[in-house]
Formats: sequence, C-alpha cells, structure tokens
Amino acid sequence: MMTKEHHGYLDMDLLRFTTAGSVDDGKSTLIGRLLYDSRAIFDDQMEAVEQASSKRGNGDVDLSLLTDGLRAEREQGITIDVAYRYFATPKRKFIIADTPGHIQYTRNMVTGASTANLAIILVDARKGIQEQTNRHAFIASLLGIPHVVFCINKMDLVDYDEAVFQKIKSDLEDFSSKLEARDLNFIPISALKGDNVVHRSTKMDWYQGSTLMYLLENIHIAGDLNHIDRRLPVQHVIRPMTDEWHDFRGFAGQISGGIFRKGETVQVLPSGFQSTIKSIHIGEHEVEEAFAPQSIVVTLNDEIDISRGDMLVSPNNLPQSSQDIDVMLCWLNDRPLQPNGKYTVKHTTREARCMVKEVTYKMDINSLRRYEEDRTIGMNDIGRVLLRTTVPLHFDNYARNRHTGSLILIDEATNETVAAGMIV
Amino acid sequence: MHSYRLTHLKELESESMHILREVASQFDNPALLFSGGKDSILCFHLARKAFFPAKVPFPLLHVDTGHNFSETIEFRDKLVEKYGAKLMVGSVQKSIDEGKVQEETGFHASRNKLQINTLLEAIESNKIDCAIGGARRDEEKARAKERVFSHRDEFGQWDPKNQRAELWNLYNGRKRPGEHFRAFPISNWTEMDVWQYILLENIEIPNIYFSHEREVFERDGVLYANSPFMHLKPTEKPFMKRVRFRTIGDMSCTGAVDSPASTLEEIIAEVASTRTTERGSRMDDKRSEAAMEDRKKEGYF
Repeated sequence: MMTKEHHGYLDMDLLRFTTAGSVDDGKSTLIGRLLYDSRAIFDDQMEAVEQASSKRGNGDVDLSLLTDGLRAEREQGITIDVAYRYFATPKRKFIIADTPGHIQYTRNMVTGASTANLAIILVDARKGIQEQTNRHAFIASLLGIPHVVFCINKMDLVDYDEAVFQKIKSDLEDFSSKLEARDLNFIPISALKGDNVVHRSTKMDWYQGSTLMYLLENIHIAGDLNHIDRRLPVQHVIRPMTDEWHDFRGFAGQISGGIFRKGETVQVLPSGFQSTIKSIHIGEHEVEEAFAPQSIVVTLNDEIDISRGDMLVSPNNLPQSSQDIDVMLCWLNDRPLQPNGKYTVKHTTREARCMVKEVTYKMDINSLRRYEEDRTIGMNDIGRVLLRTTVPLHFDNYARNRHTGSLILIDEATNETVAAGMIV
Repeated sequence: MHSYRLTHLKELESESMHILREVASQFDNPALLFSGGKDSILCFHLARKAFFPAKVPFPLLHVDTGHNFSETIEFRDKLVEKYGAKLMVGSVQKSIDEGKVQEETGFHASRNKLQINTLLEAIESNKIDCAIGGARRDEEKARAKERVFSHRDEFGQWDPKNQRAELWNLYNGRKRPGEHFRAFPISNWTEMDVWQYILLENIEIPNIYFSHEREVFERDGVLYANSPFMHLKPTEKPFMKRVRFRTIGDMSCTGAVDSPASTLEEIIAEVASTRTTERGSRMDDKRSEAAMEDRKKEGYF
C-alpha cells in the first residue's frame, strides 16, 4: 500500500523555525501540540514522559519533558540549551530550534535564530507585550529571520475577546516599526485548548486568518534565499589524480548566493583573475546550473590558483572587500570581549585573525536603547563593534545575505566560539 | 519558469555534504564510524557525493563488538571492496582478551557499553582527530542537544553543559593536542528522511532491514534474533517468524520488528504509520531516563 508520505516526499520542502519563551508562556505546550497533532510524538516517548511526570509528582503530563533532553534540564525544569525537534506534514518537513527565553540565554536564542526561516514569538494574552517579547522580536530582526509569527496565546483565559487581541496586535506593530522586521503575522491561539494551532477555533469567529499550522505549511519561503548575488566560497579543492580524472581540478563549496551557470564568467577573490565555468557537478551528476544552498563542485576553463577561503563571484556584482569590518556582535562567552583583543575570525570558508578596534555602542535589547557610556561586552550582550582583520574579507551586508554577511570569533587561548557577528 | 527551490531531501543532502567537506578541510586525520547500519551507509554515500570524482578522503572505522549480524559484516566487506575504501577495525573482543574491559554477565549482558573503551582506544592509537558518526538528533533526547561539530576532551568525554555555540553553517573544529571531535553530518535527518533518501538515491543496504524468516525469541515484549551470543532463560522458547530490523546494532541489544515489509516503499509506509521510535527496540537505551546522556559523556557516539 502506498501512503501519501511516500508519494508526496519529492515535493516537500524544509522550513526551519525557532521558538523562544519562558517557563510559563505555554511554549512547551504549543510545541507538544504541534508534535502530537502531527503524530511526531511516538507512543514510547509519550509513555516515558508520562512515567517521568508522575515520578516528579506532576498531575498533568509535562510535555516540556519531551524537549528538555539533558538531565540538568529535567531536574531544574528549564531549557538551557537549543533543542532541535523534527516533524513533518505531507507538505513540509519542519525543524524546530527550541530555545530558552530568559535574557541569560540570549546566546542560545541567537544560535537557534541563525538558521531559522521563521520565528514564533508567544505573547500571553493576559499580560500583553512584556520585556521578553521585545527581546525576542529584536533578536529575530537582528538575525534576519524573514518571517515572524506572534502567537497571542491563552486566549481562553481572556474569553476569546477580539479587543484584547487587537490591542496587543497594534502594540506589537508599533514596536516592530522600530525593527527591520519583514513579514509579520498575528494569530490568536490557545495552545492548551488547541484553538487555531492545528485546528481552527470555534470560539473566535471574528478571526479570519489562518491557523498556525496552515501558516507554517504554506508560508512562501523560496524567496528567503539570495538568488541574485553570485557567491561561492571555496571550501575544498577536489583533485582525484586518477587515470580517469587525470587533470580534474574542481572547487567544492556550498553556494551562498546567486545562480551559477555553465559557460558564465566568474571572478576569483582575492586574486581578481577571471575565467568561465567549464562544468558544475553535484556528486556524479553534471548540471547546467546551480543555486543556493546547493553544495557543488565547479571546474573552470583556465588554470588559476584557487584554494580554500577564496570566493568565486560574478565580475559584475562584487561583494565588498575590506579589512575593516563593522559588525553587530552577540557575545557568547563568560569571558568578556577584550578591548584591543585579538581573535580568530571565521567568515564563510575564510579564516583570519582580527583585532577589536572599537566598541561603538552597546545595545539594551529590552528597550532598544544604545549605550555609549558603558561599552563592556560580556556574556549575552549585543554591541556594535569595529574589527580590523589581517587579510581582507569578501562580504555582503548581513541583511542582504546571511551567509556572506555573518562571522564568528574564536578565542585563541580556549578555542571556544565567543561571538557571533552580523556585518552591518 | 524555473523555480529555484530544493526539496527537503536535497537541502539535507547539501547541508551534509557541506559538513563532510568542512571535516575534510579542518582536520588532519578524520575517520568515518561505520557500523554497517543504514545511517553510516548514508554518511558514506554522502561522502562519496561530497568528494566525487575524488575518493572519500578518510577511512572507515568499525567498532566490532564481535556480536554482529553476519549479513552486516558481509555487506561492509563488499562495500569496502566496491569503492576501494580503507577499513579499520577496533575489536571489543580484543579489549576483553587484553583485560581492558570486563564482559557483562547475566541475561541482559551487552557489549554496547564496552564499545566506548574500544572506540576511544582506536581513536587514540590511529591518531584520529575527528570521528564522523551517523547519529541523528531525532533519535534520542540527549542527541537532540548535540552540536554538529562536537568537542571531546583529552579523555574523550562530552560536556553537554559546556558546548560551543554553533551558528549558521560555520563550524569550529579547533582543539588542543590530545582532544578530538565527533562530527555528525546527518544530525538534521529523521528516520523517515533517511528511508526516503535511500529510496530516492537507490542506496544499497543490508538485507536484514527487509522482512525475512528468522529464529527469534521474545523478551520483555521485544523480539530478538536467536544467536549463540544470547543466553535464553528457560521460559524463552525460540520460534520462526517473519521479521525485519529497524536499526542494526549489536545482536544482543537490537530488537526485531514483526513486519512483512520487503521493499523500501513498504518500509516507508510502515515507518509512516508506526507509533514507536526507532530506538524503542534498543535495550541499551531503556536502562534509565538518561542512559544515552551518561554513555555519551563517557565517549559513546
């Protein structure tokens, strides 16, 4: 017997979304409901959760036990790290980056947000906009998440009142006008009762929009990627050196932007040499064209010296090249940023060293105010910073391309990833 | 008009190829942990794609518990020969013979935990600086928290509370001498994704994944293959049944499922309608709520 999953799988695409929230805002209940109603929770998982819940003396089944995977998290009843959860409907596969919402876990939210197409931000209908709502919206905007869905939750506790929803919606729109938010959506839900999560609510006739699941399944994400600026950071040089592939020299990488076509001219950075594309390979197959985020191998018609860290681009559409990099930096480590400190910087496939030249300002991510007096950047802080790198980086603004516009800093003593940067 | 859109399987494939190329670029001496199960076969397939037309630039490392399904070993050897891959084997039996670990006793004895020692020893003696594994985040809740590039200290231990942040597609594989990494290129795949992709790409897998007649016995509601490695209780009587294996591990801890599925399409239909997780038939995970986390901290993969 053939199932729909089998027939449909060639047509499914992938949506990555992030959820941030605190203990009481119903985030776990919401995720539990999405997973349960899409049959992504299995009987043995449910059984384990029921057992663990009763061991802890909880009356109700605690769905957060499904997502809180580490012993410390279960013991303390909190999410301390990013947990990835998976579910699929016949239309889409979903990856949830489930992150804690408290300010001390900003770094985890930033991590979860970095790869997300969409952010779900929960707002308690009884409380309206809270400090953490602003924080989550700001992080979604800073990390360039293309779609934001505000779920006004616990509508059952405000008698499914439209006025409550409209007031919160308009407050959120006011606040969001200060952010570079792109696609905003508002849905009145009750995660606990299931209203407008997977099934349409019968209690809110005044709401004509879609349910959360419908939106997740249908929101247009093909436009989230950059198909304009041709960028291929060279990751690895493929040289088989076999009889069959004697002279083969291919440049492997994952396309960060634009479309690469056989025969077209590319320029190599930093050398500036140009050549034309001889062939494009994906595994054993040769293709005529390729686009982000495909992992490909390109061969060129001229012999040019190219190695890891170089970038193939369109000669008519060059990225910026500079040793002076202006970034919004989110600090991820308990050892604060050292003024004039030196770090390793990883940008696309390129690695360099850099020095922190200046902290321009620090951001209060609750009020969105900029502090120019206090410029210490510690764990979970976000600030605007000028870096000077040992070699030029070839980059685009983060807002234009999340892959050529992002970087990480590594502490050279501990080897830890200490900061995430979005190039301004 | 052409639509520049990837299906979920092609997007996962691309991500995995990127990760495998990062491993090859950032480490001097990586190896692919190869059990002969579908996830490690998938990793090898993706590695062939990532480096084609060059050969996969790292060897396969099989941690051999000595309690294998013979079908898996035959499959492994055929694959190694077909693609000219290099195979290294770390033997749990040898670790036992040398007195480095002690065999568990009793009816539930398993060599699963003993693998840790053999794995770490193989990593150390072969100077492997990154062991690539086919673990997936959907398998188990401790794995859901693990990074794609996962740092191990000089004792091979994982510190779940002190993991490096991992953002975008930037992976930090820096380490001190003596430390190593585990890399998980199929972290974001689910069991269903793996089966769909195996069908899509027509990837060969060991025949015990498909329904076949086998002598089994029942213990705690799970069917196990009868073999010389299993000690049957007097009440446990072996019988013949049509079964298949949903995961392939050590014979002593891998349960069979009662299934007539004999094609990939039928397996996919079965996975779609099943109500238990893949590891639900793994005795090794049932030992406690944090069994996987505890083993992982010590160096299990």
